[in-house]
Amino acid sequence: MMRFLLLFSRQGKLRLQKWYTPLSEREKKKIIRDMTTMVLARQPRTCNFLHWKDLKIIYKRYASLYFCLGVESEENELLGLEVIHRYVELLDKYFGNVCELDIIFNFEKAYFILDEFLMSGEIQETSKQTINRCIENSDMLQEDYNNEWYEVELFG
Amino acid sequence: MPAVSKGDGMRGLAVFISDIRNCKSKEAEIKRINKELANIRSKFKGDKLLFIFLLGHDIDFGHMEAVNLLSSNKYTEKQIGYLFISVLVNSNSELIRLINNAIKNDLSSRNPTFMCLALHCIANVGSREMAEAFASEIPRILVAGDTMDSVKQSAALCLLRLYKTSPDLVLMGEWTSRVVHLLNDQHMGVVTAAISLITCLSQKNPMSSRPCVFSLQIVSSASTDLQDYTYYFVPAPWLSCKLLRLLQCRLVECLETILNKAQEPPKSKKVQHSNAKNAILFEAISLIIHYDSEPNLLVRACNQLGQFLQHRETNLRYLALESMCTLASSEFSHEAVKTHIETVINALKTERDVSVRQRAADLLYAMCDRSNAKQIVAEMLSYLETADYSIREEMVLKVAILAEKYAVDYSWYVDTILNLIRIAGDYVSEEVWYRVIQIVINRDDVQGYAAKTVFEALQAPACHENMVKVGGYILGEFGNLIAGDPRSSPLVQFNLLHSKFHLCSVPTRALLLSAYIKFINLFPETKVTIQEVLRCDSQIRNSDVELQQRAVEYLKLSSIASTDVLATVLEEMPPFPERESSILAKLKKKKGPGAVSVTELDDSKREAGELNGGGERAAETASTPSPSADLLGIRSSAPMSAAPAAAGSLLVDVFSEVGPAAPAAAAAAVNNDVNPILLFLVTFKLALSLSRFVCKNNGVLFENQLLQIGIKSEYRQNLGRMYLFYGNKTSVQFASFSTTRLCSLTLCPQLNVQSKPVEPLVEGGAQIQQVLNIECLTDFSDAPLLNIKFRYGGALQNLTLKLPVTINKFFQPTEMASQDFFQRWKQLSQPQQEAQKIFKANHGMDTEVIKAKLLGLGSALLDNVDPNPENYVCAGVIQTKGQQVGCLLRLEPNAQAQMYRLTLRCSKESVSKRLCELLSEQF
Repeated sequence: MMRFLLLFSRQGKLRLQKWYTPLSEREKKKIIRDMTTMVLARQPRTCNFLHWKDLKIIYKRYASLYFCLGVESEENELLGLEVIHRYVELLDKYFGNVCELDIIFNFEKAYFILDEFLMSGEIQETSKQTINRCIENSDMLQEDYNNEWYEVELFG
Repeated sequence: MPAVSKGDGMRGLAVFISDIRNCKSKEAEIKRINKELANIRSKFKGDKLLFIFLLGHDIDFGHMEAVNLLSSNKYTEKQIGYLFISVLVNSNSELIRLINNAIKNDLSSRNPTFMCLALHCIANVGSREMAEAFASEIPRILVAGDTMDSVKQSAALCLLRLYKTSPDLVLMGEWTSRVVHLLNDQHMGVVTAAISLITCLSQKNPMSSRPCVFSLQIVSSASTDLQDYTYYFVPAPWLSCKLLRLLQCRLVECLETILNKAQEPPKSKKVQHSNAKNAILFEAISLIIHYDSEPNLLVRACNQLGQFLQHRETNLRYLALESMCTLASSEFSHEAVKTHIETVINALKTERDVSVRQRAADLLYAMCDRSNAKQIVAEMLSYLETADYSIREEMVLKVAILAEKYAVDYSWYVDTILNLIRIAGDYVSEEVWYRVIQIVINRDDVQGYAAKTVFEALQAPACHENMVKVGGYILGEFGNLIAGDPRSSPLVQFNLLHSKFHLCSVPTRALLLSAYIKFINLFPETKVTIQEVLRCDSQIRNSDVELQQRAVEYLKLSSIASTDVLATVLEEMPPFPERESSILAKLKKKKGPGAVSVTELDDSKREAGELNGGGERAAETASTPSPSADLLGIRSSAPMSAAPAAAGSLLVDVFSEVGPAAPAAAAAAVNNDVNPILLFLVTFKLALSLSRFVCKNNGVLFENQLLQIGIKSEYRQNLGRMYLFYGNKTSVQFASFSTTRLCSLTLCPQLNVQSKPVEPLVEGGAQIQQVLNIECLTDFSDAPLLNIKFRYGGALQNLTLKLPVTINKFFQPTEMASQDFFQRWKQLSQPQQEAQKIFKANHGMDTEVIKAKLLGLGSALLDNVDPNPENYVCAGVIQTKGQQVGCLLRLEPNAQAQMYRLTLRCSKESVSKRLCELLSEQF
């Protein structure tokens, strides 16, 4: 089972946090601090896996952004790496050439996409097409509701 | 780029985010955020608030507004509301009830988008309240025929989350078998989500399906549908056997295919391709290791990993080293793993990444056996000189363990440990140098060599303080063995040690002072020199109390005691009793459970037994006080201070105490590997379960999902026998099952508990028995602890329980008439003989229950004694080996106030107190 996913920049600024077990704010902050210091201190071209307490930490850098996944010890490291990559692909497909700014400005979309992909720390859906269709549908819903809302205002 | 809708709220958010990003300083950012917070307070905007929170600022308002958003009909608002709740609200918020209401509405809305949002929210928060509200609803949604695929996926994983947080609330039922059918679903997404749920259910619940045999499960669970195929109440036995055999050969076939595929040329150069392929390969290898029964597959797996050891991808080298560690412990593949030793040593030396080097060191440790121990230990030692600071301590422990475990000749062992201290002295913990001393003391044949080697090591101009400690101790004991050589004559030895004295810390100096007094006994010719040293102001007036006291007392001892007395007091230390290596325990603690396999533990125990011959003698020496005990004035101070100090802390310099009492204290202190605070916590936690057994002798002592421990006991006079039944509740065998008794220092002389070792294997569903013989030596108040260790699946399980042995178990009932009772009652009238407690009733005040409990206590319940028929009186004698303690008891219930007054009068005050404590928890 996956325990958490963190996205942070090279400067250690947190861009996204997702927790799959209940933790207090203090515990979360401690994990975030530990992860950023540990991962940012790694030399280039070293391996992508670390041990931290009883968890395996899998991290990967995409451009300026670090993706850091904490999984339980029986999980498969390589597959974890591909979980990260699939998430990047999903973001890429939605935003088109995704960059850090897309995630900053549309952080709620990044969360929605992640929720379609992972749930309760397990894989929910791996098909890129299915996930994209879901997100597009909910975008449509937003449009509809927004239009409806403006209409009401017009009449009001 | 697909259209990202930008409603009014969204535009505001974008502007806000831009502002934040344009802030030049942290102060500017905080200013901008405070302005926005004020803005939001006036007009609630969930999304902006969320953004602020995600930046790492605390948000203490807006939760209520977010809950209101949940019931909005606008999708955008609902979505933001749910996102807000799942990120900000933790599982114990008081808003949960309101949130639950909104979720309930969405779940029943039949709108798949809303249902998914609600399910996500449940999974994200996952609190117990949510489990209570939805644990029965979600399985229904999951297996309903008209549920959309996407909702099914969410429901499966949502249920998984609830099952993990509150397994007791998710009740197995008809849906369990229907969930298994989800594996046949056409939609791969549904299968992926369902398999996570099913895997978890089958791991924690042997009754439900195991994914590998789910087709078998279909046969065995739906027994009602199989009427004609049910053979004498066994559902379809022929089919079941066939299915099992099919699975068996399909499994081997499957694994072989995966191994074959690894050899095929890659279909793409992308790293994702090889990662995904190798992920499956590694999973297959871990399955092969888990089954551990196909030598052919194990060796092939090992060869495959061997290829990866030289792969250019760092990730693969790392994983190959890690997997090989587990492969090394299988008897079939151990030899195959050993063939890669050169590659692994090379990895240890040349890898750039410290975490890869760490894995290499782990693997070397795992593949070590008698044949390659010398090479591996030498390599690890040479690596230590340049090793990263982060892994040095662990490396030191590992070298120390391997050196001890595979020592064929002890001179090699001594060399290795001294080298270890020389190279990485700072990282050599007490456990390591205590251990080398224990072994040297217990082995006659290595003492001379050890003395010679430390003597040589101490000649180095700069040597580590730990080396001085070991040197001082060993020369103090065995310096005479090398004194024949003029190059290491007594005076040379002394001067060498004393040249280090001024550079050392206080504890080491104290140890050295003890070594000096031992020198006076070993070599009378050094007496004058040493007395001079002790007499000088820097010793006898040292500002440190301990050093001053030692100097004064040793000086006095050396001048007034006769040679005979001196020889008795400063006798050679007796051998240490046999025990598990404390180093191993330390390594285990460092790495967490599962890091050191139990088989290793057992091995080292056996080895340790060989090393520490003659453990019994030590125990005898320790318990018999020396006849010369009272001859010396100093004994009253030194050993007295030694005993409590040793009990309190492991780190005291226990070895350097004088007199025969010292070894006992030292042994006790080192023996007490358990962290005292931890011991206290465990004891505290278990005190509750213990009180259940005060008034009864049989029952279930402990139960969890794996193990049940039943207990049956009988007591006669001061002796007792306890039968422990360990039942394996799973279908998997427990390996390396072992139990150890832990007695606290105070309890050891009070209660004698003997047991035979248990069988190391407990088959699934089987029960094994262990008999403990108990002898009560004197009255006691602690309970002995029992530590149980075993391996289930891959993981090491460790459990410490309090054994329900309480003082009242040794009661003999005494019948007596009313006047006798009150006559004795008056005789026991000294205030300290009485213990009284007034307490509130915890249970109903039913007469029969109270009577049963008092009888269960073991004393005689006397009728017609107390003038008030409501009261209960009891009498009995507690039998210990040394004495008999008469006890009288009176319990006065007050039904109106729901209170009791309990009075105990015993001929020994500690017994009154203890019985009063025990009993007051019973009513």
